[in-house]
Parts: sequence; C-alpha cells; structure tokens
Amino acid sequence: MSTSLDSGPLPQAPATALRQRLAELRGPSAAPHPLDARALAALAANPGCKRRALLDGAGVDKAALARALGSPATFGQSQFAFMRGNAFEARVKADGGTELLRLLGVADPHGAVVPDLTAAGPEGRAARTALALREATGAGAWTLLDHPMLALEVAGSPAYLEPDAVVVHPDGRWTVVEIKSFPMVDGSADASKVGAAARQAAVYVLALERVAALTKDASVDHSVLLVCPKDFSNLPTASAVDVRKQLSVTRRQLARLTRVEEIASALPDGVCFDVESCSSGELASAVESVPSTYAPECLSACELAFHCRERARTAGAVESLGRAVRGELGGLTGVAEVLSAARGEWGDPADPTVAALRRAARLRAEALGAGALGTQAPGTAAREDAVAGRGTA
Amino acid sequence: MSLISTLARLEAVESGRAQPLATVRHRHLSPRPLVFVPLTTAGEAGAPLGALVGTDRESPRLLAVAQPRDRELRFAFLAELAETLLPYLDGYADDVEPAERNETDPETGKRVKVEVELCADAPQLIVPSRPGVDFVRLLGRSMRFRRTAEQDPDSPYPAPPRVPLLGRWLTHYGERARVPGSSLLLAMTDLLGRHWATGQSHLEDKHLGALLAWIAPPEGASGAEAALRAEVERDRGGQLVCPPAGPATDPAFDNKLLAPAMELYDRARQALAAAEDGAAADEQLARLTSAEREIRALLRGVLRPTWDAVWDGIDLVRELPEGPHVADRWTRDRWSFTGHRDRVRAGEPPQPRRDDAVSAAQKLAARETAQAQLEAQEALDDPLVLAGRRLAGEAFVGVVTDVVMAWSESKRPSPRPLLTVRTDDGPHLGVGVKAYRSLDGKPQCAEFVRYEEDGAIVLRLLDRMGRSRDPAEGSVPEAGESVAWTLFEHEQRGGPKLPEPEDTPWTHGGPPRTDAAESADAVTPEDLL
Repeated sequence: MSTSLDSGPLPQAPATALRQRLAELRGPSAAPHPLDARALAALAANPGCKRRALLDGAGVDKAALARALGSPATFGQSQFAFMRGNAFEARVKADGGTELLRLLGVADPHGAVVPDLTAAGPEGRAARTALALREATGAGAWTLLDHPMLALEVAGSPAYLEPDAVVVHPDGRWTVVEIKSFPMVDGSADASKVGAAARQAAVYVLALERVAALTKDASVDHSVLLVCPKDFSNLPTASAVDVRKQLSVTRRQLARLTRVEEIASALPDGVCFDVESCSSGELASAVESVPSTYAPECLSACELAFHCRERARTAGAVESLGRAVRGELGGLTGVAEVLSAARGEWGDPADPTVAALRRAARLRAEALGAGALGTQAPGTAAREDAVAGRGTA
Repeated sequence: MSLISTLARLEAVESGRAQPLATVRHRHLSPRPLVFVPLTTAGEAGAPLGALVGTDRESPRLLAVAQPRDRELRFAFLAELAETLLPYLDGYADDVEPAERNETDPETGKRVKVEVELCADAPQLIVPSRPGVDFVRLLGRSMRFRRTAEQDPDSPYPAPPRVPLLGRWLTHYGERARVPGSSLLLAMTDLLGRHWATGQSHLEDKHLGALLAWIAPPEGASGAEAALRAEVERDRGGQLVCPPAGPATDPAFDNKLLAPAMELYDRARQALAAAEDGAAADEQLARLTSAEREIRALLRGVLRPTWDAVWDGIDLVRELPEGPHVADRWTRDRWSFTGHRDRVRAGEPPQPRRDDAVSAAQKLAARETAQAQLEAQEALDDPLVLAGRRLAGEAFVGVVTDVVMAWSESKRPSPRPLLTVRTDDGPHLGVGVKAYRSLDGKPQCAEFVRYEEDGAIVLRLLDRMGRSRDPAEGSVPEAGESVAWTLFEHEQRGGPKLPEPEDTPWTHGGPPRTDAAESADAVTPEDLL
C-alpha cells in the first residue's frame, strides 16, 4: 500500500519555525482548533482560497473570528439530529458491534475482537490505536476498533481524527466505517450528504495509510462502509462507497496546505488573529491582509463566508454572483466595469467579451421594450425601429 | 446561464432590485392553488413536525405533531393531512370533458382513436422551495406502502384509512414535478427564480425570504439590505426573524424553543399516565393540553412567515400575463392527473419502489422531450427568452428584403419561394440547416441556401403554402416584413418506440416480476430511538 503514498515521505520533523509562526498568528493563549469535518469539506469546496488555507492551517477558530468581525456564521446542529445520530450509532455498535460486522459480511460476528483503545490524551490514544492495528493485522482475525484515534500531519502540526470505527480483515485489509443518521431510502441516499461523508472518510483513509505504511502486510481499503438507517426505520443498512476520487483530492489539498508557510511569510509583521487580544478593527485588517477567493459555495462550508461575501459585494466583485458568472465575463471582474462595458461607455469593442456584452445588452433592451439599461449603446436605436413590431409567437 | 441573464443579475446588483428574466408567465397558476408549507424533524427521515396547508391565504390549517417520535401522533398528523388534501384533489376528479386519445387496438394492432375522459382542471400544489418538493416525494414514499387495518388485519401498526392513498398521490405529484415545465407541484423559489434575476447567486436564491426581498424590497430599502436581513436577522431571543422556508428548521429554534416545549409535553404525558385519581388526571390533562398548545403556537410562529411569503410570491407571479403555450403544457398536466385518477380508481397497486427498465426509459425520454419542448415554447412565447437564443446563435430576427418565386422540380411543381433576410444576429447557419418560423401558431420550415455578398441570408421556404401551384394567401412573408426564425424545432417528436414491459430484454433485467407484490416497509416495535 505504501506505493500509493505519492505525497512523498512522511515529514519527519515538522518545521518548528513554521509551527511557531502559526502559533503566533493564532495567538499565544489559543489552543489550535482541530480540523473538523466542516474544515475538511471547505478544503474540497474552495481549494484556491489562501485565507481559509492559512486560518485552517494555523488552527484559528474561524467561528469566533467571524463573530468578532460582526458576521457570525449560521452553522449549528439541532439537538434532535445530534441525539438521533448518537442513538443510531450506539444501536449499530451495540453488542460488541455484531450488527456492524454482519453488515460487512462477517460470518461469525461474535468471534471478532474488540480491543480496548482507552489511553491518556490524543497522542496516547493515537499510539494505542496504531499498536492495536498492528496486533490485529498480525493476528489475522476480524477486529473492530471502536472510535480509534488517528493522527494526520496538517500544515506542520498533527491533527487528531476520530473515525466512527475501523474494521481489520483477517487478510490485513483495514476498512473505515462511517455511521450516519440520514436514511437510505430504497437503496439510495441524498447525494450531497453521501458526498460529504465520503470526503470525511477519505481523510480517515489517508491518515490510516500513514499507519499502514509502517505496518507489515497491512493495506487500507479504498472503499469505505457507509452505514445508514434503512428506509424510515432505525434498522441499519450499509453500502460500500468508493472514495478514491475524494482521497486524491484531499491528498492534493493537504499537500498544498503545507504551503501555508509561503502564505504566512508574505504577511506583514504584527498580523494576529487572536480573538482575545485584538480589536475587531485589527482583526478585520489582519483578515484583509490574506487574499481570499470567495465563491457562493463557501456559504455552506466556511465560517468566514458572510464576511468575505460582504467584502466581495462592497468591492463590486462579480464573484459574489457565482463562479459561472465570473467565468463568463473573461477579464472583467467588477460589476460597474461590466455594466459600463455593456452600455458602450467603456472598454475595447474589439475585445470579444465586450462585444458579446454589448450585443447581449442590446438584445435584452430590445426585448424589454428599450430603455431597460438606461443609456443605449450608440447606433442601436435605428436598428430597434427596424425590428419593432415583429411577431414571435 | 446565458450572458443575458448574467447581465440581468448585474443590473439587479446596480439597481438594488431584481430584474425581469421573462416578459410573460411561463408556468400555469391555478385560480385556487393549495399551498403546503411542511416542516420536518431534524435528523429523522420522513418524520413531519408540522405544516400549514390550505387554499385560503387568510385561514391556513395548522397541523402539528407534538412529539414527532411517537408513531401514533405522526399517524394522526398524516390522517389529518389526508383529510385536508384528498378532498381538494377529489374536487377536481369528477369535472370532466370528453377527449380523444390514440391507443393501439389489442386485436388488430392498429392505432385507433378512443373516447376518454379528461379532467377539466387539475389541482395544483405549491410548496415554498425545492427541498419542499423533495419532502412531498419522501412523504409519499413513506405512506404509499403502509397497510391499513382493513387491508391487512395482522399489521402490527396499521395506518389510518386514507393515508396510503395520500401517499400515492403525493408520489405522483413528486414524480410529475421532475418533468420540465410541469405545474402540478411547484416550488415558489423556482417559480420566482424563473421570472426574476436577483443581485445574488443561484445558491442564495434558494432562500425564499431573500429572493422575495430582492423582487419586492420593503419601502426605502435596497434588495441587498433586505435580503441580508432576511438571511441573518435575529430577534432578542436569538431566533431568525425570517425563519427558513423548510422543511428543515433552524437549529436555534429546535434547541432553544422546541426542545424545552417538547420536554414539558413529554413530562405532562408521563404524569398523566401516572395519575392515580380523577382529579389528578384532570389536572395533568390540562397541563398536557397547554403544553400541546404551546408547541402548536411555536410551530405556527415559524410557519406563518413562510406561508405569507408563498402567497406574496403567488401574487407577484400572477401579475405577469400568461404565456400562450402555458395552456398547452397545463393540458399535459391535466392528462397526468386524469391518468393517475384512473389508475387509482382501477385499483392498481401503488407505484413500485423502483421503476422497471421500460418505465424508467419511458420516463426519461418523456422528460427529455418535455425539456426540449419547454425551451422551444418559452422562446416562442417570450422575446426576452428568444433574445438569449439569438445571442447564442440559435435564432435570428430579420427583415425580409426580397421574395423571389421559385418552384420545385417535381411533376406537380410546388411553391419554393426564395427569401432574402437581412439581420444583425449571427445565427449558426450552414448548408442544409433548417430554420423555422411560427405561422398562425404552426411551424413553417425553411432551408438555408446561401449568404449574399452583403451578408444577407437567403432561405427557401419549404412547407405550409397550400396544395396549389401558387402559395396560399399570407403563407409567404412579404418584403419589408420582420420575421423571427429559430434554428430549433418548435414541436418535439418522441423517440423510438420502446418494447412492452413483458418484452424487456434480459440485458435490462428481463420482464418485471408480477408475482412479488411490493411489501410494506419493515417496522420495529420501538419507535423512539
């Protein structure tokens, strides 16, 4: 399996200088915010955003930052959903995980080993998990690891991840199990939720691969087991989800994240994201000093999205209308710029984008009975007379 | 999205108000639609929490589930929903007009015309947003396989009598909503988004409150400000002033208001069950009733703004004149309604969990045809939509400058006049490309011949000029006339005929099994997770 680790050897000694720099950015008293499922989703949703990369890499609590900036994020979880999620997971794992193992196709689920993984602190738990994985692989028996702890190097500092379960097959294969409480109705579930679960599971697979690389005869399954309630009941059903695509995306993104060093070094001196000690004005200018790439998709993935949207709108950037709009308008990036180009007040008529805009503006004005765009491009009035009164139906 | 609608969005940003994307209404609006605003319980599949439903803006009917994890209460909700929806649906079932349909005669195999009934109008359901449409489909799926005590006396948890029937209807409406241009089940956000461009992205347009804020901002405010307020403004208790249009609720509402109220309700129920004498029971019953009333008031509070928003949307869309082809598409919806009415009356079983190969292929083909037809009809109905097609080179408007009579070279020469058309548009024309124009509502076909040296287009008219040697009066445009041509066909032909379900090839799973009727979903004795 170690051959698939194309991201190079493990970073043995994380750059202490970078770690110190990131700690300074985060603020001396703040503990690094763990890379949670939402941060991972954001990773895939908007890879080009330096602001998010830096803040996530430094472990800044973006929700607190957004609150301090006056544009709080609207994420939250209903306690009903939370309770249901926990209750379903407990049900799936009840009785030594026999139900779960049966879903995996284990003939004798009662014979499986369920090692105790308790240890002090995340480092201890991660070490205990690695040991249990090695033992289980060597033993060649079905083993269920309930809430193992995995470590993954993210931007020079370890992030600790806790999958719902990992199952070790007798042949040394490791399978990540993701338990979700959204239903699988007639064998299919909500695609966006499955996608999010797959992205999350891909990170676990990635973290497991680091352990597998150091373990003899071990390999990590590239399809994970997604366990969901069946139809409208609380009975579990499962489906294997291939996460190879998400895996390569996440691997690439995490490799890029290590470049936060470059982003950090480009910052002016004295920039700090410490919510405790900085005023909101200082925070705003600190955030402003890191370039962002806002897209409306950020709204469902990033805590800072409302802040970035506000900035994009104030600046009159066309991105705030969507990525597709940005792509359609070529080199024109400002709302005012595009509109004045469309009206013929500005821009080079030989530029194909400007020419297309003028044509579009003319056709639109003509269809709306003229005057919708205010000033008309010169020379269109006569043409409109020529085609006035045409029948279209 | 075409450049024209992008431009409309940019104009909306500049002016602070949504800009028109259409000059006519492209969807049918019933004079008496039924508005359905459902809420679901977070984390549970198909566990409704409450709904406002009705045909009268002033008096919505509130249905609420005080404890969504209680099967009995959920069934009571569904039964009440069936009592409200089914009479509305039934109200359209008996008002019929005679119509003709082509059917294959089973004995001779010939196509014959059969006299059938067609419902004169069909009931229309309107939900706030697209997740609402999905929820209708999910509700339908959760109900249609339930068994009532009458159908199955051994069923451990029988459903109330009309619930499975409602499930079949909601499934039908949910499926029909997937057909482009259909109007049996509409999402208000889709309806508004079709007719107006806001100064925000498509993703943000999914928020009904924000979308309406752009289209009709309150006095003195810009659309952007009003939309932002609709998205994030919270009252002192931390509750959204404009609650989400559902079916999902705001987590803050769940955690701060609904959960404590439900706990009170649960405790009152336990106390009532434990009450030892009549006086204590009366007291606990009063507590239970007040706890239930509290939950109903909370639900009404978060449902009502959405209810009003949907009706505001209906008013806005109703102001637009209906497009000429909308009635044609609504007739198809009426056929769809009549067809399902007939299937229910004939006692056919509920829709299967998965379509067999032939039905699935038929559905897909029908949707593709409907999509192409919708695009063509919208362009014919609306100069603004046509402008988008003109920009894309799929249509052009031009003045006929010259008409030269010519005839075909057959034994009985037919008229094939050559038209010279001058246009500023840039259609994608090539040898043999056909162009169509609308002549009294029917498409007339022409063929591209060549470009003149000055860029004018020469077309040869091909049909609809009558049988005689000279073209019929008014069938050939005259010089000076301005004509809109499209490069796409106005009417869609269906694809090749599919085999009968019984003849499904083995590559596609073979003929559908008839012996195994769809069984009900498994139920577990415990209902509380």
